[in-house]
Amino acid sequence: MVYFAKWKIALVVIVCLLGVAFAAPNLMSRNMSDNLPSWIPNQQISLGLDLQGGSHLLLEVEAQTVINERLEALVDTIRTSLRAERIRYTGLGMNENTVHVNIKKPDQVDAAYDILRKLDIGSDTDVENGRITITLTELAIKEAKRSAVEQSIEIVRRRIDETGTKEPTIQRQGDERIIIQLPGIDNPEDVKRLLGKTAKMNFHLVNHNVSGEDLAAGRIPAGTIALPDAEDERRLVAVRRKIEVRGDMLIDSQPTFQDGRPVISFTFNSLGAKKFASVTSKNINRSLAIVLDGKVISAPNIQGAILGGSGIITGRFSVSEANDLSLLLRAGALPAPLVILEERSVGPGLGADSVAAGKIASFVGLLAVVIFMVVSYGRFGFYADVALMVNIILIMAALSLLQATLTLPGIAGIVLTVGMAVDANVLIFERIREELRNGLGPLASVDSGYKRAITTIIDANITTLIAAVLLFEFGSGPVRGFAVTLGIGILTSMFTAIMVTRLQVVMWLRRKKPKTLNF
Amino acid sequence: MANFHMIPAGINLEFINKRIIFFTFSVVLILTSLGLFGVNGLNYGIDFKGGIMMEVRSTSGPADIGKMRNQLSTLGLGEVSIQEFGEPEEVLIRIQRQDGGEKAQSLAVEAVKDVFKDTVEYRRTEFVGPKVSEELFMDGLMAVSLAIGAILVYIWFRFEWQFGLGAVIALLHDVISTIGIFALLGMEFNLSTVAAVLTIAGYSINDTVVVFDRVRENLRKYKTKDLAQLLNESINQTLSRTVMTSVTTLLALFALYILGGEVIRGFSFAMIWGIFIGTYSSVCLAVPVLLYFNIRRTDDEDEEDSEIEKVADEGAV
Repeated sequence: MVYFAKWKIALVVIVCLLGVAFAAPNLMSRNMSDNLPSWIPNQQISLGLDLQGGSHLLLEVEAQTVINERLEALVDTIRTSLRAERIRYTGLGMNENTVHVNIKKPDQVDAAYDILRKLDIGSDTDVENGRITITLTELAIKEAKRSAVEQSIEIVRRRIDETGTKEPTIQRQGDERIIIQLPGIDNPEDVKRLLGKTAKMNFHLVNHNVSGEDLAAGRIPAGTIALPDAEDERRLVAVRRKIEVRGDMLIDSQPTFQDGRPVISFTFNSLGAKKFASVTSKNINRSLAIVLDGKVISAPNIQGAILGGSGIITGRFSVSEANDLSLLLRAGALPAPLVILEERSVGPGLGADSVAAGKIASFVGLLAVVIFMVVSYGRFGFYADVALMVNIILIMAALSLLQATLTLPGIAGIVLTVGMAVDANVLIFERIREELRNGLGPLASVDSGYKRAITTIIDANITTLIAAVLLFEFGSGPVRGFAVTLGIGILTSMFTAIMVTRLQVVMWLRRKKPKTLNF
Repeated sequence: MANFHMIPAGINLEFINKRIIFFTFSVVLILTSLGLFGVNGLNYGIDFKGGIMMEVRSTSGPADIGKMRNQLSTLGLGEVSIQEFGEPEEVLIRIQRQDGGEKAQSLAVEAVKDVFKDTVEYRRTEFVGPKVSEELFMDGLMAVSLAIGAILVYIWFRFEWQFGLGAVIALLHDVISTIGIFALLGMEFNLSTVAAVLTIAGYSINDTVVVFDRVRENLRKYKTKDLAQLLNESINQTLSRTVMTSVTTLLALFALYILGGEVIRGFSFAMIWGIFIGTYSSVCLAVPVLLYFNIRRTDDEDEEDSEIEKVADEGAV
């Protein structure tokens, strides 16, 4: 056994060197490591938000809204197309994923069916006793939701980028959720305010024929809707349902001032500009309502055709409201509202304190274990301590290499690994002591100690590894960080405790050839 | 160089003969834990029941908790708890889950920030809505049950079913009593506590496996030895290692508990408890219960294996 295969020695040395190489950038400042030549490992461990400070937000896209809007649009189209064909109907309405309508005359059912079937390609149309039901297919619903979530991610990214947040992480989670990580932002109220609005802006014509009394009494003609005023929600404005120009045709919008009051200037793309020109030229002296998220911001009188494709939104904005709104219009509307399911924000003070506390705890824990091992096992304990140091270097290297995130529980995982890593050595050393007591010579004892302990070590570590894997799978956020360091720690500690100590022990035995082991 | 021996060589303590004492103790511990869990329940953190938690530091000397309580009571946020957290300047505010779904939590956070404004530094703000807290709870439950199941399967696969059963009895004992101590002390039970429970499960099994390994080895070596005596010897032979590893792990954990900061104190507490109880259960529970399961004593194949191993060992010397 005193023979230690050359390739094993090489392996140990190479792994240790690689470990040092990959762990080393963590000792440098960010600047230094960034300036290293590209062939030298320069990745540092990334600290979790709980250590560097920042916000974690979990959002859900209310994707059903998109489906509802699609069904509402379908209802509108059905109404107009059936009217155009003079087909009489009753009970036009929608359910969760379906639209239904009853055709009055049996002889018109087939004709109606032919029209309705072509309206939405993502639907199945059934007819039964004159009742036609259009159901969105599973696939269409899934696809619509998927694209809503994807669009939302894009819009969220644009909005956050506009705020100038550095290195935000925006990821999809599951089917309808988005995780946002904002390093350095410990008070995310601004971001939350920006994400809380869908910012759908559309231009509608005001219906001047509806009097104030009609509005108050709810007597509203078909094709017209009553929308609340953004300033005073009790005040209603009657606008035509038809959208004249859509806000998604905006290409720019900026806050500016007019007569000393904050206003928002906007510019349409060419199609938008054309539509805007046509609406404004045909409706001079009527009012055009600017509707944001179902509320009328303002309804200025059209004084003349606006041909340039740009204009100004006035309203009672404060400067910051004008800033926000123009940002939202620039970034685009969310396809569906977002709800914040979870927020976890840590200020930089607490993060720094946690890092400091984690460092001290790790150092003291490490020192205590190191001393205890030497006191208990002398020279062998020292070898185990060397292995322990290598182990910590390897954990750092693995974390840098995998770009895993180190969290506070992750530091706890490392400290725990320090305590448990020496276990493999304890097992081996205790076994060696036993074999010595049984009368075996030093070499035989060491040999047998390693051999017999190894299956136990593997069995014992695999069980802990199972726990770590499950923690990673089911844990979230910081707890995952714990699972990562625990798992990595188990793997590296098996390597160092078995290979690194063994190499040292073998080299010592070969050099000294001791007759007895005082152990 | 004479080294310090934690456990003297050739120690021979009575574990198996005293098993009734251990069993009684453990049964009482389990029943008490279940009782406490039933009566007190657990003090779930916001991870599992939803709600808001804010850690704030007063910017003007020690925090006036009474005043802060008054300020918050005007908001009508339901149950609000305010307590000092580590230092006199620091305060931990916990607010119950707000009715009105996900959005209400967010609004409540804003309301609190409006009240305190710049008089405090917001060190940590967390809220978990009803949807997520439910999921986190289910995930935690799932992780713990799957871990116990997977460990059982592994032990079963590596040993015989009797050992698997013994290991799981010890494991459940540790998990239940950990929950019991949290119910007793009313300490917050949150995601990191679940992490601690899972780690305790891994650690406890780790300890158990080491002793079981020795039992198996001795079963092969001594075909006719009285089982009770054999089990007791196995425990004593591995006792030194069991204690050593617990001590090194505890050294690291105490450092974490004392120096690691408020945020992970609950976690390190659970782990420290788990190491004690896990060590106890491996030695005093997992092995003694083997006595009652009908363990097979003859295994010809294994016997041959160990003979060959022995020859090989001697050859190498």
